[in-house]
Amino acid sequence: MAEITMIQAINEAMRQEMERDERVIVLGEDVGTNGGVFRATDGLLEQFGDQRVFDTPLAESGIIGTSIGLAVNGFRPIAEIQFLGFVYQAMDQLAAQAARIRFRSAGRFTCPIVVRSPYGGGVRTPELHSDALEALFTHSPGLKVVMPSNAYDAKGLLIAAIRDEDPVLFLEPMKLYRAFRMEVPEEPYEIPLGKARIVKEGEDVTIISWGATVPLVAKLAADMKAQGVDAEVIDLRCLQPLDIDTIMQSVEKTGRVMIVHEAVKTNGFGAEIAALISERALFSLSAPIVRVTGYDTPYPVPSVEDDWLPNAARIVEGVQTLMRY
Amino acid sequence: MFDQNELRFEMVQLLDENGNGDEQELASFSDEFLVTLYRWMRKVRVIDERLLKMQRQGRIGTYAPFSGQEAAQIGSVLALRKDDWIFPSYREIAACLAHGLPLAQIFQYVRGRVMGRKMPEDLNIFPTQIIIGAQTLHATGCAWATKLKGETQVSVCYFGDGATSEGDFHEALNFASVYQVPVIFFCQNNHYAISVPVHKQTASRTIAQKALAYGMKGVLVDGNDALAVYKTMKQAVEAARNGEGPMLIEALTYRLGPHTTADDPTKYRNAEEVEQWKRKKDPLHRLRVLLEKRGLWTEEQEEAWVAQVNEEVTEAYEEATANETGSIVDVFDYVYGKPSKLLQEQQQEVARRKQRKEVR
Repeated sequence: MAEITMIQAINEAMRQEMERDERVIVLGEDVGTNGGVFRATDGLLEQFGDQRVFDTPLAESGIIGTSIGLAVNGFRPIAEIQFLGFVYQAMDQLAAQAARIRFRSAGRFTCPIVVRSPYGGGVRTPELHSDALEALFTHSPGLKVVMPSNAYDAKGLLIAAIRDEDPVLFLEPMKLYRAFRMEVPEEPYEIPLGKARIVKEGEDVTIISWGATVPLVAKLAADMKAQGVDAEVIDLRCLQPLDIDTIMQSVEKTGRVMIVHEAVKTNGFGAEIAALISERALFSLSAPIVRVTGYDTPYPVPSVEDDWLPNAARIVEGVQTLMRY
Repeated sequence: MFDQNELRFEMVQLLDENGNGDEQELASFSDEFLVTLYRWMRKVRVIDERLLKMQRQGRIGTYAPFSGQEAAQIGSVLALRKDDWIFPSYREIAACLAHGLPLAQIFQYVRGRVMGRKMPEDLNIFPTQIIIGAQTLHATGCAWATKLKGETQVSVCYFGDGATSEGDFHEALNFASVYQVPVIFFCQNNHYAISVPVHKQTASRTIAQKALAYGMKGVLVDGNDALAVYKTMKQAVEAARNGEGPMLIEALTYRLGPHTTADDPTKYRNAEEVEQWKRKKDPLHRLRVLLEKRGLWTEEQEEAWVAQVNEEVTEAYEEATANETGSIVDVFDYVYGKPSKLLQEQQQEVARRKQRKEVR
């Protein structure tokens, strides 16, 4: 089995799906000749030609809006939004159009598009290149939201997303694109959307995370083990649909919950998870739920971003707080 | 330097307000076609008036009347093939009917039923769009797909003068032209976006001229002249089908009624202006004059046709209301192909409430 990076896994997933199904097409800014600003679509234009891989005009709403028409009329577009911070330009087409095609037409039409977009901090970008905006889309019924944290998951989840009949936001933590390699099967495989992964089993505290923050949480959990705290780490992989069963089983076991995400705290998806836990398992808890997240400011400038993001110190402190109960 | 004042934009017109026109040009339209065209326009006028009344009686919900725009909608749709795609906004009920949508289905929509926006499977009509201009991109994408598949359908996008101020309009025309897809942007310039007159909407002398900036052909047509609309549309459709790319058509028309039943147009336009359009420029009048000149239509036929349409409306209303189905439980079925566990739980909750007759 080859050891590859997440960006290679994403590229491989698209390539294999385009080979399997000629309805799969790729469109976006700089995705053709340039192979994408992160090289996610590298080589696709050469292999599949300019009738399946399109360098579009620079217009996010146009990319998503035309993808809707393409999808309704038989294609399975993979659209790239170059950075998630640019997605506001396409909010109507995503949240009010793509999300509702099935609903609005009472099932006559479906909208099988995948919108891939890099997000996440810690890579010293200009403004609006790092924002984690997943909560905007979990608040839009009709969309699915997938956020892989490693190469293996990225490939299997992206293939599942491309084969899905509904619109999927596929948010790729750009910090992890080339952060590490892992063994990824060469053949295509699907990881079902809505199945969380237990990264590490544990008895004392449940740490729930997704996307960019998962490797850090996993590393810290391993370190804590040596210090006598046995944390269970759940990588949600998918926020919509949500694997509520895996969360509840873990919470009922440990009674202590921490949620870690990069997005701003207020109305972040962590708030939804905390609410679900309090609705369903309040009396299993032995401590108040702790959230370690971005602060409620716009994503800040590079010189201070490391202190804004969830980091080791804040996560360790949060676990210590939980363990005091 | 480019200056719009140095350019000439002529309006295509075959039939003037009094029903006169170039005899040779008019002779190209068969008697049968003229009667079909007029019958459709009279029919949808009657339907529009009935729906307006029904709204006042509380039998249907908020309604956006289209009276005054019959020539633009019917004239353009009759130029299409049955399998062509149309992308309507909320004021395009006439276009939808002429493209094959059953009237009973329209009652489902205006009565706010769960299945109201489900277009019949064999009909290529996109669900009614509420967001101004958003459908311009869907039509472009749909036409793009047609081109990639090597098929021959044309996509027609309906929108108004207000939509041309939206960003999506710009993006759609740009994409359509860059990829040379078979889409026709059919703008009904009815002079008002709710209350805002078109001269406040754009400083362009015409909407049609905006096509130039996208490297696309544009046409200004008298939108109250059904023959001019039909001919223009036929040319645009044939060009698009032949791979000659998109076109922007501006049909100059007028909304005789309010924006919707929740609107009071006396606040923003004077009665004289409305009267002018009603008396002098009514799209039905000039066509009827032509029909009468050719001996194709009489007052008796008019009365019989109106009576027949009224009966159809009553029947369709009865059909639509006799078996109204759809409850809150059903809405969960159309969010995803397979509902998530959390969504299923919510659906089960309302299903229990339905069993207890707490919800419909």
